[in-house]
Amino acid sequence: MDLRHGAFSYLPDLTDDEIAAQVRYALSKGWPVSIEYTDDPHPRNIYWELWGLPMFDLDEPDAVLAEIRACRSTFPRHYVRVLAYDARLGRQTTALHFLVQRPKDEPGFALTRIEGSDRRQRYGIRSYATASAPADRYQQQ
Amino acid sequence: MSEPDKRPAGFGFDRSGAQGATKSTGSTPSTSGEPDSPDNVTTLLADDAELELSSDEAGRHVEETLARLDAELVGLTAVKRRVREIAALLLVDRARQKFGLASSRPTLHMSFTGGPGTGKTTVALRMADMLHALGYIRKPKVHVVTRDDLVGQFIGHTAPKTKEAIGRAAGGVLLIDEAYYLFRQENERDYGQEVIEILLQEMENERASLVVIFAGYSDRMETFFSANPGLSSRVAHHIAFDDYTHGELIQIADLMVAAESFRFDDDGREAFSEYLSLRMEQPRFSNARSVRNAVERCRLRQAKRLVELQRPLTKDDLITLTGEDIRGSSIFGYAESRADEAADGDDND
Repeated sequence: MDLRHGAFSYLPDLTDDEIAAQVRYALSKGWPVSIEYTDDPHPRNIYWELWGLPMFDLDEPDAVLAEIRACRSTFPRHYVRVLAYDARLGRQTTALHFLVQRPKDEPGFALTRIEGSDRRQRYGIRSYATASAPADRYQQQ
Repeated sequence: MSEPDKRPAGFGFDRSGAQGATKSTGSTPSTSGEPDSPDNVTTLLADDAELELSSDEAGRHVEETLARLDAELVGLTAVKRRVREIAALLLVDRARQKFGLASSRPTLHMSFTGGPGTGKTTVALRMADMLHALGYIRKPKVHVVTRDDLVGQFIGHTAPKTKEAIGRAAGGVLLIDEAYYLFRQENERDYGQEVIEILLQEMENERASLVVIFAGYSDRMETFFSANPGLSSRVAHHIAFDDYTHGELIQIADLMVAAESFRFDDDGREAFSEYLSLRMEQPRFSNARSVRNAVERCRLRQAKRLVELQRPLTKDDLITLTGEDIRGSSIFGYAESRADEAADGDDND
């Protein structure tokens, strides 16, 4: 399955040129851009690992793309996303984020059911990938 | 679940291939945001077609920029000639591309060497305008950095700092002022060497539309380049800025004064000419910058004189710089004794 996460996730994966265009848009709005990666795609896992520091004062996407490439080569089997943060008073939140890399093979999620008190049924989901140790995740090519 | 064989198009892969077509409906043209980039020139001209260079829209813009360069900058004939040559080369390259002729992207990294105040930064700004008009760089901006902005304070600090500066200059011109400070011969563990290595890497990068300009004083740049032969050979254009002559400096002063809606009266111009002759012999004379500072101080003295007049002022009073305003400079009083030149509050760069 394809993880649907962030903006453009129902579109075909973006090419580098398209990523550059999106980053240029974010920079033109004055949103500093940062890069994050993870190997645990659970939807509630909102804080991914930050790659380097957020990049401030840019107005061309070249440096962001260089960092994306560096992150991809370091973590070739992780999810990598780009975030643009809008620091304006009153918004102060992530304005745009989208995936720029996904693992070759995404095993998907399992639905788990837990019996609560009074036979109440509770549901959870768990990524198949997280069943293995971090080093072994997304190994299938 | 995934279908591995149907997932050829991934992030970072070009989707224009045959496999990619399964996923993307309608191949996307280059969206790299370079409207002037040669990739977008789709229709090639026939072999026997004729192309009027002046019909190129960019050409007109370049002409304007060059005209501005001529009007704003006095002298510097060698520099202007080289700038014109570069403009012509890029213009012809554009024309060649229209015929579908192969032309590699010329390297345009430059070094500007010359004394202080000879217009290196101004020419860099115009150069950025021109290169942008010709589609060589994406933005007509110049990011000026010095050693401080590139060299880190501890091990591992330099590379990110340099990359940050390169990132900020991306798509434009990176002007490294006083570039010779990057290399300190006496200290082989100096981090400046690392900066040079990263810059070399970046300058080799075909994809980056970044132009690096090294600026600095002639003699020290000479040693800088001789100590870094790899760097020197990757800088295609070494442009030397000569010091201005006395006549050129007077012209510059006239331009500056006119730009601020002032004018010299006859005595004033004569006095300024004398002032320049005296000032040029003194140490730390920095060409146009010294002229600018001198004009600023003339304005101070003029203002003081006008206030002390204690009478209604005419427009003429307000725009005229008289000989008195200029002869007030301490240069005239202490021309013989160099020791007191600091009292003039003169620039010391």
